Amino acid sequence: MKSTNEQTLTFAFMDPPFESERTVTFFRLLDAALDKGANIRVFAYEGAVSLSLSLQKAHGNSIHGRNAEEEDHPLSKDWISSLQHKAASNNLKFEWINCGLCVDERGVTDVIEGCNRGGPPDLWRYASESLNTLTIGTR
Amino acid sequence: MKVLQVIDQAFRTTTEEQDDTILWLTRSMRSVGGELTVLLAGHGTNYAVLKTAQPSLTLGKWHQSQPADLPKDINQLIDSGVPVFIIEEDFIERGLQRQSIIQGVQTIARHNLPVLYEHADQVWQW
Repeated sequence: MKSTNEQTLTFAFMDPPFESERTVTFFRLLDAALDKGANIRVFAYEGAVSLSLSLQKAHGNSIHGRNAEEEDHPLSKDWISSLQHKAASNNLKFEWINCGLCVDERGVTDVIEGCNRGGPPDLWRYASESLNTLTIGTR
Repeated sequence: MKVLQVIDQAFRTTTEEQDDTILWLTRSMRSVGGELTVLLAGHGTNYAVLKTAQPSLTLGKWHQSQPADLPKDINQLIDSGVPVFIIEEDFIERGLQRQSIIQGVQTIARHNLPVLYEHADQVWQW
């Protein structure tokens, strides 16, 4: 598996799902980075720890006239899962750490596989071992 | 590796978190040996003139016992070896120049920012 620093990018992200366009932009950047052959490391801080919550559930939408299956509502946990699989199929690493204290505050302890608990020292380790780091703060 | 932390927001979620979350993140990474510098820009320059902890929040019978103490956090950052800068022009634009700055906080003119940025391996704009 490829793992040199020159091929690894770290992202620190702070926004929760379903609140701003930064979230979609963040995921598009991850997808594009994988297309370029980069290993990905994500540090989810503050509200971003909810992105990997396994209890997220798609819903129908009566205004759209569609049931849950037809609506096929986007869920950030599915986006993460999809990117995990994309990385694996491209022989790239995709690592994800949620800030543990942020998780506890929000009670979002049930997360999908491959998303782990950590803290700021992990962000420092991630960044130190990466070519560069992109921080996307919240507003 | 040297990281420049640029903080241009102020008082975002300081009541709920009882600190500024990026200052906290900086202190936490410093505690594991990180080489960091903080640049307070824009509204973030307000932090440099604070003298006391934030007012406690009271909601009904619920009372906050540990409000954010940003001057203490900044002092402890400086004591731990993290240089803290404010952008002079941003500070003046906000009419803060008549107030005393927390001891140890350094001012830097906008035209000198490239020196600070060049000194860092990574710049993290929050």
